[in-house]
Amino acid sequence: MPVNTNFFLKKRLVSLILIGILLLVTYGAMVITQFDAVKGLTSIPQAVEWGIKNFYPNQDALDKLPRIWENLRETLLISLAASTVAGVFALVFAIIGSSTTRVNSFLGTFARGIATLFRNIDVAAWAMILLFSFGQSALTGYFALFFVSFGFLTRAFMETIDEVSNSSVEALRATGASYPSIIIHSVIPSSIPQMISWLLFTFETNIRSATLVGILTGTGIGFSFDLYYKSLNYNAASLVVIAIMLSIFAIEFLSNYIRRVIL
Amino acid sequence: MGLRMKPAVAGQENAVLNRQAKIKVKPFTKEAFVIRTTLISLVLLTVYGFFTFDYKDASLVGGTLSMLRNFGVMFFEPHFSHFTFWEAVYQVLITLGLAVLTTLLGGIAALLLGLLAAQNLTNKTVSNIVKGVIAFIRAVPTVLWVLIFAVAAGLGSVAAVIGMTFHSVGYLTKAYSESFEEMDNGIIEALKASGARWWQIIFQAVIPASIRYIVSWTFLRFEINFGVAVAMGAAAGAGGIGFDLFMASGFYFDLREVGTITYFILTVAILLEMTAMRIKKKLKTA
Repeated sequence: MPVNTNFFLKKRLVSLILIGILLLVTYGAMVITQFDAVKGLTSIPQAVEWGIKNFYPNQDALDKLPRIWENLRETLLISLAASTVAGVFALVFAIIGSSTTRVNSFLGTFARGIATLFRNIDVAAWAMILLFSFGQSALTGYFALFFVSFGFLTRAFMETIDEVSNSSVEALRATGASYPSIIIHSVIPSSIPQMISWLLFTFETNIRSATLVGILTGTGIGFSFDLYYKSLNYNAASLVVIAIMLSIFAIEFLSNYIRRVIL
Repeated sequence: MGLRMKPAVAGQENAVLNRQAKIKVKPFTKEAFVIRTTLISLVLLTVYGFFTFDYKDASLVGGTLSMLRNFGVMFFEPHFSHFTFWEAVYQVLITLGLAVLTTLLGGIAALLLGLLAAQNLTNKTVSNIVKGVIAFIRAVPTVLWVLIFAVAAGLGSVAAVIGMTFHSVGYLTKAYSESFEEMDNGIIEALKASGARWWQIIFQAVIPASIRYIVSWTFLRFEINFGVAVAMGAAAGAGGIGFDLFMASGFYFDLREVGTITYFILTVAILLEMTAMRIKKKLKTA
């Protein structure tokens, strides 16, 4: 019996200490960010009330639809182009970096390092960096999305290759197949469904990030939103939000269908 | 003789033709069709996109060259001009603080919603309603949530944390509810049969069984939230290192300082990623 009570006491003590640490960290975070919890809680009903009163599209906003659509189309295409091109580069780097298919350990580490570098600089930071080179053009957003997608996809593709093709690569190697034919006939065919799934995932994420990048660099749908938001034209801004939401839903629907068939 | 030869020759010709036709190794299935269509449309749309982008006065070659030059300046000649090392550390801490608050608030809300969204803990109707709301929240980009809240609460940490929390709730609810749904139904049934109430089932069975997943998903979200907090500092006035980045790039045009800030962001992000990977590995082996 005493052993049992000790066990529960110890367990309770550990969870109490953990909760204490968590509360302390939270308090520290609130102090350093000057976060006002009361204001935070009351702002939610305020925002909802404001949203119902002001944040809906009206006739005036609907007239701007052609221009919004023009910008949305560009944003969608930039997100897609960034994911596709990143996918091609990521495939090469993943094959070099994966422990199953790498040529040698030096190149493998190099590929992994490059991917880590690109992945861990946030897309907003990339946008601010690239503004120096490409200015307020579509290329700034394109490269920002491309770099982050490339870093992310390289890691995802590497994990896919390791998961899917370990035993088949070994089998082919044993039969004396050459390196290129192992890659072309075994690694790529067996991991392509999973890779397409990841590619579609980055496409979806890129649309959301593109909105952010657009606000920072003044391009695409993010620029549309920023323009209407800053000129206090909330009706038009709400239409932009609805347009983004609908396009994300449509793309999620489509990619879920593709996933269901191929996976 | 000649007449008899003919069919024989024709037969030989047929055989030759048949041998030249490739043996089909991969049958043409619906999967293959969808994979090919997806890949072809991705490539075509990418090419089409490159022709229609609004390049303004930026050129691909010139821009890329200047990008490489800028990378060199940024990463090899970083300097401090508008802040000191310790001020930068303090700003990084603010960004981390935003991420902590967002993750915690989001985690608490998501735990509740995740329980409601798990089909084995509630019924189908409640689960579908919650999942619908979550899909709606996730479809709106974080920066738009922050900016929408900023109208009511003013630009600053309050709007940033609340707006960022929305997306965390969406992400974590999905992750939590999926791990709840994966759990062994026998445990829940046994507790139900012994007369345990809903809350007792949650605290004695559901949460202890899935605590590992909850911890690892929450930390993964914390890692994402750090990046988001940097972005919100730059785009929505949330403060922290992101705001310094925005000022250095958009106002002072100081490439070397942008390099310094990038090093700070990179260091924290890589440390977080390494910790997340370690946690993930521990979960896999345990």
